[in-house]
Amino acid sequence: MPLHLSPARVLPARLPEARWRPGLADQPFHSEIFASGAEASGAGLALALARDALADGAGEDTRHVLWVQDRKAMQLGGRPCVAGLPPDLRHRLIHVAAATPEDALFALEEGLKCRDVVCVIGEIAGNPRALGFTASRRLSLTAERHGVRLWLVRLDAERDLSSARMRWQARAAPSPPPRWNAAAPGTATWHAELFRARRHAPGEWMLSDENGNLHIRPPEHVVDPAVPAPPDLGHLARPTVGQSLAARARA
Amino acid sequence: MAIWLARLSVNRWRLALAPEDIVAADSAPTALITETAHGPRIVAANDAGFAAGAGVGMLLADARALCPQLVAVPSDPAGDLAFLEKFALWAQRWGPWSALDPPDGILVDVTGAAHLFGGEERLLADVAAACAARGLRVRAALAPTAGAAWALAHFGRAGAILAPGDDPMRLLGDLPVAALRLDDDVLTVLRRLGIKRLGELAGVSGEGDDPAAQAAARDAFARRFRNRRSPAANPLIRLDQLLGRVPEPLLPVIAKPQPMVQRRLMEPIRHRAPLDRVVGDLAADMVRALEARGEGARRLELGLWRVDGEVLLRRIELAAATREASHITRLFAARLETIEAGFGIEAVQLRASWSEPLALSQADLDAAAEQHGTSLSACIDRLSVRLGPKAVTRPVLRASHIPERAQGWQPPLDPVPPSQGLLAFHTRPLKLLDRAERIAVLYASPDGFPQRFRWRGTVREVVRVEGPERIAPEWWRERSSTRLRDYYRIEDDAGRRYWIYRQGIAGDGRGGVPDWFLHGLYA
Repeated sequence: MPLHLSPARVLPARLPEARWRPGLADQPFHSEIFASGAEASGAGLALALARDALADGAGEDTRHVLWVQDRKAMQLGGRPCVAGLPPDLRHRLIHVAAATPEDALFALEEGLKCRDVVCVIGEIAGNPRALGFTASRRLSLTAERHGVRLWLVRLDAERDLSSARMRWQARAAPSPPPRWNAAAPGTATWHAELFRARRHAPGEWMLSDENGNLHIRPPEHVVDPAVPAPPDLGHLARPTVGQSLAARARA
Repeated sequence: MAIWLARLSVNRWRLALAPEDIVAADSAPTALITETAHGPRIVAANDAGFAAGAGVGMLLADARALCPQLVAVPSDPAGDLAFLEKFALWAQRWGPWSALDPPDGILVDVTGAAHLFGGEERLLADVAAACAARGLRVRAALAPTAGAAWALAHFGRAGAILAPGDDPMRLLGDLPVAALRLDDDVLTVLRRLGIKRLGELAGVSGEGDDPAAQAAARDAFARRFRNRRSPAANPLIRLDQLLGRVPEPLLPVIAKPQPMVQRRLMEPIRHRAPLDRVVGDLAADMVRALEARGEGARRLELGLWRVDGEVLLRRIELAAATREASHITRLFAARLETIEAGFGIEAVQLRASWSEPLALSQADLDAAAEQHGTSLSACIDRLSVRLGPKAVTRPVLRASHIPERAQGWQPPLDPVPPSQGLLAFHTRPLKLLDRAERIAVLYASPDGFPQRFRWRGTVREVVRVEGPERIAPEWWRERSSTRLRDYYRIEDDAGRRYWIYRQGIAGDGRGGVPDWFLHGLYA
């Protein structure tokens, strides 16, 4: 029998960093995000983490993103709106409306087994009986075996037993004032608490998603409200396409 | 060439009888009836029935009053249509292309084929002889257009031929306007206008003696039917089709054998394991049959014949054409759990009722790709077999400003329709609620947006607002009383961002005090 080493089983070349930060290369394959059903911060943070983890892939990725929701999650938080999605995900989203949590788990597992799916995002409301430790362990193993990442958003759920490698608690946070209209809501900001992770120490961050890049925002008392935040220039290490850095800084 | 099966249902009923009964049945007055809300009604009758006084459309009770010994037989419209389809295929012996003309006619394109039968008269004679041998009473006619052939077959003399060089109105001018294949209410209108024959209609259509008066008459006529787009409701379109001035598209009947494999079982099977084995064998056979045709299946139907006469059907649809036996077996395995075997299953049949071309392809040399995961279409098939065909969808943009209408859901592997780019200054929420939920505004600011509101039982303070973005109702789709919407992006004191709207403005005359709704959730 041929020996198969899944990407998760290979030992990393260097030791993991103790403290989590955006842009780390070795993201886990199964994460859970606990969030309230009355806000979209769970799905928003899941998308931001997914884009952060998949950003360093070489070239344009045209594989699909599978978004699975059970019926209760759809009633609580609605369905994804294609006009509000990040532009690079708009044309490659496949939505699965599952009636029960069991069906949603089946869809998550089938999505993880598919080689044409870049990542799977699930939304399951509450603590259904079907989503016990065994089911989450099954999802973890499938994700690690096939190398497809899963972010499972748990709406209005208790922190039950789970084998997810990183577990977050997310809630919305007041956004920074935008540059031109201080009375308007700003870019999406979340208060994210990493309360269990295999490789990193637990911690709390204020994360914001600006121009498709995940940032850590310093706490309010450090920032002088009179001085507006510096504009986000995107990923400086990446080559600029068609635009010089100076032009991007001016824009 | 048009062939009119003048007495289709009676002929079918007669052919279904035993040969020794036919003579007796011909002499007995018989009517084919259908059940209606007002009792049985006659849809057809044989010659003796017509002679005894029965008429099409008559109530059976009325006909029985005229002729008490009238025999009533139920009619079979579905069987008639199936027969007509087979007849259309059979009629391709006279021409390469035939179309159905329900309920009781067919059209055959015999362009350039008549000389094979020794001329057009000999062709019509052959049609008459062949149909008479099958016991069908037909009327056939030849003309350059389908409309003219239909008119001649139904209303012309038997075996009428309109040659391409002839003046069509010479043969057709005396036919009644019903020869135009119009709806009954249009025929009533024409009768009230005093137009009875095609020649008169052609007269008002601009081909008469006095050009000015004819043009005026034609204009008036065109105005009378200006709103009728359907050819069957507009006599002018039908007349142009009959004269060959506008094209008339017809749907041809094409025989397409479906790949079908079946197994008859020596011993009826009652257990799941042998059934899985049979289905696996059938899937392998089906894959071979499809491979020979260079096709892949999109829809598969599995029929299970039980010993006690029950037939169980299971149908699966596939997201992309496939020719993979293990995939087909796996999809059916999920659908076989509810099979009730009863006393046993004696025959199993698998049919691909929808198949698409699928080229032969090189088997994957990369073993890792096979071991690691399924393809997207296989994944979608597995999901839609278990969750239902509507569960797996892809959101696409639609041309509309109303948010719930600006997004549609389509099957995931269908091509994405082209759409206009989104406006960069429109910030749309990440998630839209299926139905906008009403919020109770507790305190509104002087600018018109809520300062404090209650949604799902909790009170929220609004800290930041951007808006309004006014979206007017789509008057071409909705009622005139639909109110406009003023959308606001808001952020509450905890940083939660929502998309709310006010339906209507005070004093717009379309209802009372406007309500507020929460429609979307920002990330």
